[in-house]
Amino acid sequence: MSSIAVVDYGMGNLRSVAKALEHVAPDARIVVTSDAGEIAQADRVVFPGVGAMPDCMRELEARGLRQVLVEAAQTKPFLGICLGMQALFEFSEEGNVAGLGVLPGKVRLFPREEMHDTQGQRLKVPHIGWNEVHQAVSHPMWNGITNGARFYFVHSYYVEAGNPELVAAFTHYPFAFACAVARNNIFAVQFHPEKSQAAGLKLLANFAEWNGTATNLV
Amino acid sequence: MGLAKRIIPCLDVTDGRVVKGVNFVALRDAGDPVEIARRYDEQGADELTFLDITASSDNRGLILHIIEEVAAQVFIPLTVGGGVRAVDDVRRLLNAGADKVGINTAAVINPQLVADASSRFGSQCIVVAIDAKQVSVAGEPLRWNVFTHGGRKDTGLDAVAWAKKMEQMGAGEILLTSMDRDGTKIGFNLDLTRAVADAVGIPVIASGGVGNLDHLVDGVLKGHADAVLAASIFHYGEYSVEQAKRYMAQHGIEVRL
Repeated sequence: MSSIAVVDYGMGNLRSVAKALEHVAPDARIVVTSDAGEIAQADRVVFPGVGAMPDCMRELEARGLRQVLVEAAQTKPFLGICLGMQALFEFSEEGNVAGLGVLPGKVRLFPREEMHDTQGQRLKVPHIGWNEVHQAVSHPMWNGITNGARFYFVHSYYVEAGNPELVAAFTHYPFAFACAVARNNIFAVQFHPEKSQAAGLKLLANFAEWNGTATNLV
Repeated sequence: MGLAKRIIPCLDVTDGRVVKGVNFVALRDAGDPVEIARRYDEQGADELTFLDITASSDNRGLILHIIEEVAAQVFIPLTVGGGVRAVDDVRRLLNAGADKVGINTAAVINPQLVADASSRFGSQCIVVAIDAKQVSVAGEPLRWNVFTHGGRKDTGLDAVAWAKKMEQMGAGEILLTSMDRDGTKIGFNLDLTRAVADAVGIPVIASGGVGNLDHLVDGVLKGHADAVLAASIFHYGEYSVEQAKRYMAQHGIEVRL
């Protein structure tokens, strides 16, 4: 039986992520855990998270999870969600802290002065609600998901990838930002698949079956 | 195309049941919360809001079970408010499966709670609920005060200034209810909604008074709301959420269909 570890480091909606995985992958063993050994042994790892980046990094250090996460991100199907995506990068403007540095790039605050649409209407921050996810690559994680499908977002910071080849999808608010990144066995999303109804559940179902190879270089 | 305006059915919960009142009183039973939540999810609701209107603390635990049960079956965002007094209440609700927590009276009594909760769990999950009532008389410029304790107590605080202060303290969203309109079905208080929505940089959810689909359209186009919340028009089957969305789309509002 395949196992999926949902990393518990005290940051938010683990139960929602676990429930959604149980719903789409009834045959998998879903473990919500902060145990480095369990994470190391799992076939797949989900790194979720809501909250603030400085707390996130502090909690990871306090629980001794940095190394096992970096290793998992190099070796097995790995899904970062929201803060779990942001923490994979080198640096975050939120609290000016270093992330895990698994992927090149930084996390930036939506710039207040640019937050208006083409009609001049003010755009609010946090970016809360359902926005379109435009797929930039073909990838097993997008199987069965319409290009442009809406997913649920709730965030004030976004990823500026250091390498454009990482970008697996983008969303406009009001400029295009990377709402999904992919490299080898890593897939990470800014939106919340566990809260994005049918499209989100499909993405999680894809993850439960994904072997961790990207076939986006067709 | 970009961010869709949200339609949020609201479930007022007491003693484990969904109820709906008029001007905060005269409650009427509307059904089982889990069943209703599932129905709205199927209809395409963008989020669900649960307000725990239980007066006594005896039944507080019930809402946690309801949220747990809903979160296991319904995969859209859930907001829970009512009776949140401490950072620990926020933690318990988030652990039960809530994505956002609404703070109302406690924010007035102790504004620091909003700062503490948002720095601990992130602004994105802290919704400050404001119950506002018009206090200006005819001929005066419009003014609204913040009321607490289920709408019984005038705090003397100006609603627009209060919304701005809550934004500064770390609120990620404002749930704005017009007490004058709540349950009346004559439409949102558009002056109030626009005054608050234009004053803050965080999203504003308009609430109170929806009686037909034009009211939802007006809330967005005239009230400048980022999301619209309604209860009775959905609970009693007058309109489905999907109908509401199609109607909004026909009026040029971007929605998730």
